[in-house]
Amino acid sequence: MTTGAPRPATAGATARPAAPHTTEPSELSGPPGEQSARSRPQPPWQGQWPAVGAVALGGGIGAALRYGATLLWPTAPGTFPATVFLVNVVGCALMGVLMALISERGSPHPLLRPFLGTGVLGGFTTFSTYTADIRHLTDTGRLAVGLAYLAATLLAALAAVWAAHAGTRYALTRRGGAR
Amino acid sequence: MNWLLVVAGAMAGAPLRFLTDRFVQSRLGTAFPWGTFTVNVVGSLVLGLVTGAVAAGAASSSLYLLLGTGLCGALTTYSTFSYETLRLAAGGARWRAAANVAASVAAGLAAVFAGVAFARALWG
Repeated sequence: MTTGAPRPATAGATARPAAPHTTEPSELSGPPGEQSARSRPQPPWQGQWPAVGAVALGGGIGAALRYGATLLWPTAPGTFPATVFLVNVVGCALMGVLMALISERGSPHPLLRPFLGTGVLGGFTTFSTYTADIRHLTDTGRLAVGLAYLAATLLAALAAVWAAHAGTRYALTRRGGAR
Repeated sequence: MNWLLVVAGAMAGAPLRFLTDRFVQSRLGTAFPWGTFTVNVVGSLVLGLVTGAVAAGAASSSLYLLLGTGLCGALTTYSTFSYETLRLAAGGARWRAAANVAASVAAGLAAVFAGVAFARALWG
């Protein structure tokens, strides 16, 4: 960190009872958000280790699903990368459903969004393979396929996340209103 | 073995995205999804490097599964990118949503081209 602010002695071991320290007495009083904005005493991963673990676990599952899909439905080099296209579009649709569920109903567990959203769906979908496939297609003289893939993924992914989000919210509010 | 390489790479890549996003958002604010932009561009650059290294024979296909399919695949994300774009557009920030799409694709493509070119210059 570049702020030079003294870090709490218990930074790495939050489970231990906090040792009394006089460097930042104001840390224990006032709203924590305001405190961190003013003096930035905490790195952004402070207290995030359960979420980091949930994201890692979910990311492993999501990437394994994506890898399994590319093994099941391999795409010949130089052709439209249909499997990664579908992976990204399906992942975006599921993200729309998940975020609508969480915003309408709340999360039953605080680690659900890091696990499913950031982890599984983040690990399932990929931006780097998308750009690398476009580069490969244009680099090997298939400019039209590359541009079609670029545009089709963008349009289908954005349409999927929008439609899934709006559809889920509509279904939830209708059901909620009927009761 | 191949599955283990992909999962191991992803179990590093996904939390790296989570932490990078938190770090970048804490520095630059939340008006624009700079965190996801950063991981998508950096991941494209690294994947370009790995792709170029494998093509030049300087890296094995196992390394590609670990760093390319696993790490870069999970470090970068399309679902969060599209959801954040939707949030910007739905919140009235249409130009910012369009800028996010244009800048992410342009910078991501530039990064992957640069990565491959650099790998070719280094190992080609």
